[in-house]
Amino acid sequence: MSIWEYANPKKFMQTSAWALPWAVGLTVILLVVGLVWGFFFTPDDYKQGSTVKIIYLHVPSAMMAINAWVMMLVTSLIWIVRRHHVSALAAKAAAPVGLTFTLIALVTGALWGQPMWGTWWAWDPRLTSFLILTLFYFGYMALWAAIEDPDTAADLTSILCLVGSVFALLSRYAVLFWNQGLHQGASLSLDKEENVSDVFWQPLVICIAGFILLFVTMVLLRTRTEIRARRLKALLARERVA
Amino acid sequence: MKALLLRDLRLAFRSGGGFGLGLAFFFLLSVLVPLGVGPEGGTLARIAPGILWVGALLACLLSLDRIFALDFEDGSLDLLATAPIPLEAVVAIKALAHWIVTGLPLTLIAPGLAIFLNLPPAGYPWLVLSLLLGTPALSIIGAFGATLTVGLRRGGLLLSLLVLPLYVPTLIFGGEVVRRGAEGMVLATPLALLAAISLGAAALLPFAAASAIRVNLR
Repeated sequence: MSIWEYANPKKFMQTSAWALPWAVGLTVILLVVGLVWGFFFTPDDYKQGSTVKIIYLHVPSAMMAINAWVMMLVTSLIWIVRRHHVSALAAKAAAPVGLTFTLIALVTGALWGQPMWGTWWAWDPRLTSFLILTLFYFGYMALWAAIEDPDTAADLTSILCLVGSVFALLSRYAVLFWNQGLHQGASLSLDKEENVSDVFWQPLVICIAGFILLFVTMVLLRTRTEIRARRLKALLARERVA
Repeated sequence: MKALLLRDLRLAFRSGGGFGLGLAFFFLLSVLVPLGVGPEGGTLARIAPGILWVGALLACLLSLDRIFALDFEDGSLDLLATAPIPLEAVVAIKALAHWIVTGLPLTLIAPGLAIFLNLPPAGYPWLVLSLLLGTPALSIIGAFGATLTVGLRRGGLLLSLLVLPLYVPTLIFGGEVVRRGAEGMVLATPLALLAAISLGAAALLPFAAASAIRVNLR
């Protein structure tokens, strides 16, 4: 039993078919509990009023926007090294999901920034980094869409993902160097004494767990779709030959 | 290798090589920006470093798809791939040729155009130095982007989309060097980082680009 078994599309389809309903159910439960708790059963912040509640969408989606790229990086590496098609398709499937999380983080951030900072947008390091991340996602998806041969597309997008990751890190550093921030520091971290106060913290953690599962669900679903689409193409091609 | 470099340079300088295109674009931008922004010296002086760097970057972007596209179409790239020199070296040489044709002339005319933009006198040496250090990175990153899109019929726009986010660190550090130079501030850090990007890109990206070409020629 090793993780490489799931490189077999059949095995992957079986396991994901079993796991998908559980993932969907857990996602729904966690998101409903976390968001309802967060929106309706936490007090307003003494400074920010009720706008603080955007945090339950903003922080988890921002986290997942970055994690989605990391996941694409790992699956791209697996594709380059071991040539497992499921891995390449998972990377392809994750990109639009990651892009969506990035856009959610940007939009909720703008909605939050308007009343708090008095502006929709500031060239703050975090905001700028996310804008650049959006460009990376768009480029990656556009390259997938532009190349017809699926293996060539998988190879080239993987190379782009590897090189892009290095440059994304560089940009992050460059942007930090370039401008001081308006955005506050991390709200949650494992090595800090004081996090966000408990009333906000508990629903936030539930929301983060919900978003992680939402990501897993979406990626599983989309990867299954990609695999089916590819099977369909193979079937059609076989029929045409016959 | 020398033969390849000379061949690329000769092709670029002859008619239809698009040699002057980037320069003309850079010139037009530097003339149009003051017309659009207004002739006030203080404003121009403040935005000059950024405009000059953005202009150089966009001018570089214009000619990127020519690096490999023509060779891919007429089959020279297949010949180069089977030639005794490694494909990584081919990429490096072609990026160098691109730099000699665009980056170097851009660097040389930049001080002239900086006059239009009212760049403070202290900025001139740093403008030239930062472009000299930074434009090689633009060429090599661009060459890498061009290898990704070389197999596509209409890869130009996609190429820009792929390359722009990769250009961000170079642009930021390059602009920062000139800005600090113009204001007489300490600029060792951005200058060193700019050089680091160029050297790192020149050392590593040819490998990524060569593997992308191999995929495209498969």
